[in-house]
Amino acid sequence: MNIDLLLKLEFPSNPELLCAVRGAMERLTERMGFSESECRSVTRAVDEAVTNIIRHAYRGQPNHPIVLTCYRLPKAVGSELAQGMEIVLEDQGDPPDPGRLRGRSLDEIKPGGLGLHYIRESMDVVEFSSSGGTNQLRLVRCLRPENTIRDS
Amino acid sequence: MQISVKRIDKTAILELKGSIDLSSSPAVRKILLHELRESRTPRVILNLEKVKYIDSSGVASLVEGLRASRDIGSRLLLFGLSPIVREVLQLSRLLKIFEIYENEQQALSA
Repeated sequence: MNIDLLLKLEFPSNPELLCAVRGAMERLTERMGFSESECRSVTRAVDEAVTNIIRHAYRGQPNHPIVLTCYRLPKAVGSELAQGMEIVLEDQGDPPDPGRLRGRSLDEIKPGGLGLHYIRESMDVVEFSSSGGTNQLRLVRCLRPENTIRDS
Repeated sequence: MQISVKRIDKTAILELKGSIDLSSSPAVRKILLHELRESRTPRVILNLEKVKYIDSSGVASLVEGLRASRDIGSRLLLFGLSPIVREVLQLSRLLKIFEIYENEQQALSA
C-alpha cells in the first residue's frame, strides 16, 4: 500500500451518493489541518468534479464506476515539494470535450458551465488526462504556511 | 431536499431545506420554473435559510429562474443565505445579479 494514501473510495455514478462523498471530504480535509474555508473549497471542488463525471462522462447513467483517491503530500509535485493533498478521480466514461475544459466567461449570466470554474478557483493544480479508456482528473491543494498537517 | 410553498397574495414563498446538488436541483428547477412560466406568479421568493449546500447545478437552476422571471416581467427574490450559499454566489459573481434580502419580512416589503 502506498504510504501516502489517505482515502480510497469506489462508488457508482449515482447522484444520491454525492452527499456521502462531500461528508468524507469534509472530515478528511479537517483532519489534514485545512482551514474551515479551505475544507469547504476542496470539498466543493471534489463534489463538482464527481458531478461532471456523472453528467458528462456517464451522461447521467447511475451505475458506472468512479474511483476517488486522496494522497497526503509532502511529495514531489513537478519539480517542487508540496505539502497538502492530492486527489485523483478516475472514470471510464466519455473523455471530456477539450472545448468544455476551457470554461466560460462569468460575464455572461447564464446557467451551466460553473462547475469547472469552482474547481479551478479551489485547487492549486487541475490536470485532466485520458488513456486506455480511463479518464483521470488530478487535483492538488497545498496547505498554506499557517496550517500544518496533523500527525495521524 | 424538501420544498414547501407558502402563498401570500400574489407572492409565492418557496422554502428549500437540505442540500441542492445534482440529485435535488432538477426538483428545484421544476418547481421554480412551474411557478414562473406556468403559474406566472408575479413575485417568487426563495427562502434559503435551511439550505446547507448548493452546487453549480443548483446555482444554474436559480439563474434559469431569474431569466424566466425577467422573461415574463415577474420578480425572483432570495433571502436567508448562509455563508456557504453566499460564498458560492460570490464565486459565480452572481451576488449583485439577484435581489437578496436578509429575511422574509424584508423580501416581502421590497
